[in-house]
Amino acid sequence: MKELLKKIQEEALKQIAEATAPDKLNEVRVNFLGKKGELTSVLKGMKDVAAEDRPKVGQMVNDTREAIETALENARVKLERSLREAQMKNEVIDVTLPATKMQMGHRHPNTIVMEEVERVFVGMGYEVVEGPEVETDYYNFEALNIPADHPAKDEQDTFYINGDILLRTQTSGTQVHEMEKGKLPIRMIAPGRVFRSDEVDATHSPSFHQIEGLVIDKHITFADLKGTLAEFAREMFGADTKVRFRPHHFNFTEPSAEADVSCFKCGGSGCRFCKGTGWIEILGCGMVHPNVLRMSNIDPDEYSGFAFGLGLERIALLKYEIDDMRLLYENDIRFLKQF
Amino acid sequence: MNTSMSWIKAYVPELNCTDQEYLDRMTMTGTKVETFERLDKNLKDIYVGKILSIEKHPDADKLIVCQVDLGDKTLQIVTGAPNVKVGDKVPVVVDGGKVAGGHDGGPMPEEGIEIKNGKLRGVDSFGMMCSIEELGSSREMYPEAPENGIYIFPEDTKVGADAIEVLGLHDSVFEYEITSNRVDCYSVLGIAREAAATFEKPFVPPVIQVKGSGDDVNNYIKVSVPDTDLCTRYVARVVKNIKIEPSPEWMQRRLASCGIRPINNLVDITNYVMEEYGQPMHAFDLDTIAGHEIIVKRAKDGDKFVTLDGQERELDADMLMINDAEKAIGIAGIMGGENSKITDDVKTMVFESATFNGANIRKSAKRLGLRTDASGIFEKGLDENNALDAMNRACQLIEELGCGEVVDGIVDIHGTLPCERQIKMNADRVNALLGTELSEETMLSILKNLELKYDPASGMLSIPTFRQDLENIADIAEEVARFHGYDKIGETLPTGEATTGKLPFKLRIEQMARDVAEYCGFSQGMCYSFESPKTFDKLLLDENDPLRKTVTIANPLGEDFSVMRTISLNGMMTSLATNYNRRNKDVKLYELGNIYLPKQVPVTELPDERMQFTLGFYGEGDFFTMKGAVEEFFTYIGMKEKVIYVPGKPADGTKRASIVLKDSYPFLHPGRQANIIYQNVCLGFLGEVHPEVVSNYDMKGRVYVAVLDMPSVEQFATFERKYTGVAKFPSLNRDISMVVPKDILVGQIEAMIEQRGGKILESCHLFDLYEGEQIKEGFKSVAYSISFRAQDRTLSDNDVNAAMKKILNGLEQLGIELRQ
Repeated sequence: MKELLKKIQEEALKQIAEATAPDKLNEVRVNFLGKKGELTSVLKGMKDVAAEDRPKVGQMVNDTREAIETALENARVKLERSLREAQMKNEVIDVTLPATKMQMGHRHPNTIVMEEVERVFVGMGYEVVEGPEVETDYYNFEALNIPADHPAKDEQDTFYINGDILLRTQTSGTQVHEMEKGKLPIRMIAPGRVFRSDEVDATHSPSFHQIEGLVIDKHITFADLKGTLAEFAREMFGADTKVRFRPHHFNFTEPSAEADVSCFKCGGSGCRFCKGTGWIEILGCGMVHPNVLRMSNIDPDEYSGFAFGLGLERIALLKYEIDDMRLLYENDIRFLKQF
Repeated sequence: MNTSMSWIKAYVPELNCTDQEYLDRMTMTGTKVETFERLDKNLKDIYVGKILSIEKHPDADKLIVCQVDLGDKTLQIVTGAPNVKVGDKVPVVVDGGKVAGGHDGGPMPEEGIEIKNGKLRGVDSFGMMCSIEELGSSREMYPEAPENGIYIFPEDTKVGADAIEVLGLHDSVFEYEITSNRVDCYSVLGIAREAAATFEKPFVPPVIQVKGSGDDVNNYIKVSVPDTDLCTRYVARVVKNIKIEPSPEWMQRRLASCGIRPINNLVDITNYVMEEYGQPMHAFDLDTIAGHEIIVKRAKDGDKFVTLDGQERELDADMLMINDAEKAIGIAGIMGGENSKITDDVKTMVFESATFNGANIRKSAKRLGLRTDASGIFEKGLDENNALDAMNRACQLIEELGCGEVVDGIVDIHGTLPCERQIKMNADRVNALLGTELSEETMLSILKNLELKYDPASGMLSIPTFRQDLENIADIAEEVARFHGYDKIGETLPTGEATTGKLPFKLRIEQMARDVAEYCGFSQGMCYSFESPKTFDKLLLDENDPLRKTVTIANPLGEDFSVMRTISLNGMMTSLATNYNRRNKDVKLYELGNIYLPKQVPVTELPDERMQFTLGFYGEGDFFTMKGAVEEFFTYIGMKEKVIYVPGKPADGTKRASIVLKDSYPFLHPGRQANIIYQNVCLGFLGEVHPEVVSNYDMKGRVYVAVLDMPSVEQFATFERKYTGVAKFPSLNRDISMVVPKDILVGQIEAMIEQRGGKILESCHLFDLYEGEQIKEGFKSVAYSISFRAQDRTLSDNDVNAAMKKILNGLEQLGIELRQ
């Protein structure tokens, strides 16, 4: 009996080893372990075995079955793996073939910059507001301490609808709208479209975008202005960005400044972007002029504040190294797709 | 504004800094230096040489061989210059030296030209004699230089001296950006005052002294100013026995360094004082002034006047004129007249130094189309006190240069002259504004450098009249901050009540519009707000269409930019056309931008600005691609109700918030357009662009657009979302196939299914639509899959059959047959 089982086992293992396809393994299973299989017939012959030997023989048969099953399972795993490997070998693709494009659209570079600026200031507790693009002379000039006949009105080359209504030349008018609401303190930014009578060329557009900022509260200082805008610049242009404030003049702020950031192309060592100076001018700012506060019924002895304004296009052009402003308004898909 | 370093140093003698230091520090105190240029940047080793002998070149007719004494040595130099003779003193560049350019005065090489010893036609030459062009300048700036030849120094020039020095070229020219509030800095003295304060060195302005030559100005000229509103001060002096000749070298050099061409002593003095004091002056030939009388008054409408450039100008009653007893002789502050201009034969002249109303000069110059150096300065509004100083400075120079004899006495007509403004000093307030802790002493010492006087008794600051920009303590704070250093002020963040940062609802919805459009493959374009009125024709709008009533720009850049758009389509079509003409395939664009609907024409109040979400594409896709994008947007912004598409006039009672929303759209294909209706509100429209419009934009093929009126959309948008549970019970589906009269829209079928399906109706969707051979004429085959589900139980066939029966009955009423 023992001999027989040993022979069956050897034969089975031999056939398993020779099997090259899952079908063959199955055949082996049927031939040895199936209802009519060899091992099964051995079991069927148990009735001829002496009763006292039956447990021992039974054990031997089970051991043989287990050995064959284990061998079958191992062979199956091995075979499947090798088949899978062979299949995968056939399935090698050229990964350098072109991608199937998902065809998503792209945001305009101006908007990317605008959302970035909004993100930074909303994070600092500023509310985003809007104002009218067609505006009155009062909000665009007079309430900003730019009286009638002031040369600043000429410098800005205003488009007029009539004597009193114009296309706003700056987003600064939103400051006044916000102050007139009478709710203090104010921390706001106002992005928007502005218009100036400049002929279209590589560096000018009669329509462009600004973002205005205004903070009004008690005890606001020029140092707060510096700190806030330096924080903004680091968020916008990188943590290593240095900011420099230069005295300047705006009618609606006093003291006034222009802010330069260390050139984000060369880091400040001087390159063609910063014209060798290491600095790039990004915004105008200052402490809100007492006349402006007074005109909006805010007491300059109790409240102070700062305001700033930056040009979106200017930053987009610099940041993305766009050399011609006209590209921003042509809407050529080959341009837009790059953002 | 330009100045040379040497001219600044004339008033700040202790100033000692590099050009770069000057640029940096002046910029940081508010006098922004844009650039500077060293006049000697490409000049090296050039000396004054004296020609000892000249011989002919043995092998060249046009060359000569010179022996030149350079003081410590004699060099042989070969030249082709025709103008030199023995004894001439000339600039000589020696071996290894550099000149700026060629003798032809053409464009100068970036690095200059290096000069080396060499041979000319076999004869050794140890250097080169230079023309003024080779020294980087021109005969305009050095009028004494000969044409086409070597520059020749005056006889008394020292042999061997540094020729660059002698020519005043060891100097730098700075270009400034002066802000409009600092009228005083449009002058060398103004900038020098800032430089002195910046570098904390003494400021030494010229000491003005006029000797006079007796006589009395009133014997020569009589002045009256009827229009004192436009001329607040008029100062006149008379100079007699005038001798016109070149001005001295030092004055020529200073003018040249600022880019002003020396002419003669009289013109040069005028220009010099204009640069130095920022006060334009004018000279009249007394002999041309009728009645020896000057009257300053407005012109009359339609008057004609010939200015000294020979042009005839038409005047109006707002222009101020200088007149004599009979006629106009100059346009005040802008340009003199041909009839009184100074010629070389002038004997006696009247010098004018006046203060005119800046705004008036600016407007007059604009109307005349004649913006001169003088008007550019006057329009900034000058200090009346400066007019007298400038006049006397000019007369002092006349005497110093021996240009004529200054008659005693000054005609000076003015009203109340400006006095020194008083501002209460308040150091605490300055510190509070700046966020600094500076002592009052520190502040006062800064202010003193700026010539602000402090009276400790009253605590008041006296502001000199040339600083018209200083009005209040905030201005004082800026002065302190500038010279303390903006960079020395700390960086803090505002303290105080915390505020919530937020994006308003409208902008959040716009942000979502951008997101969805981009998910759907549309890229963002930006278009101008103004366009040509011709766009209405391109869009086939009726000539009475209300969209033709526009907010019109009074001073546009041209007709193409003259009206504020009332509809957003032109921008979209133009952008698509740009892409089409550049052969870009499959282009999808969107734009978020305002239209401007006037409340009345002509405009008397601000227009209605409405944000429009415009989508457009050509190439892959069709009407339903566009419809899909629109529906994605609505879903994304929480609009869950059914959107209805009406091909024509919306049902009565549908609200339309803007005149852009019409019954039908002439610019769209008449059979492929729809109004988009949501809860009885028209939100916009979509459709295929009318082929004629497509061709008006020079395109071919099909173009699809959609326009959503964002204020209308926003009222339905919401960020609220509610979870309704995932169905627990199975659904039952029924498919129906129908033969439908062609004119029935599937929208009507869906409406019927929804109306009759009852509570258990979950959804229905179209899965087949066919028109063709197997279907009888005038009909189409439509197939729907209808799904039923209950939230609380498994539906039985009976439930569904009952609902289906109702649906089918309803469909039959529409003339629809069920197909088996």
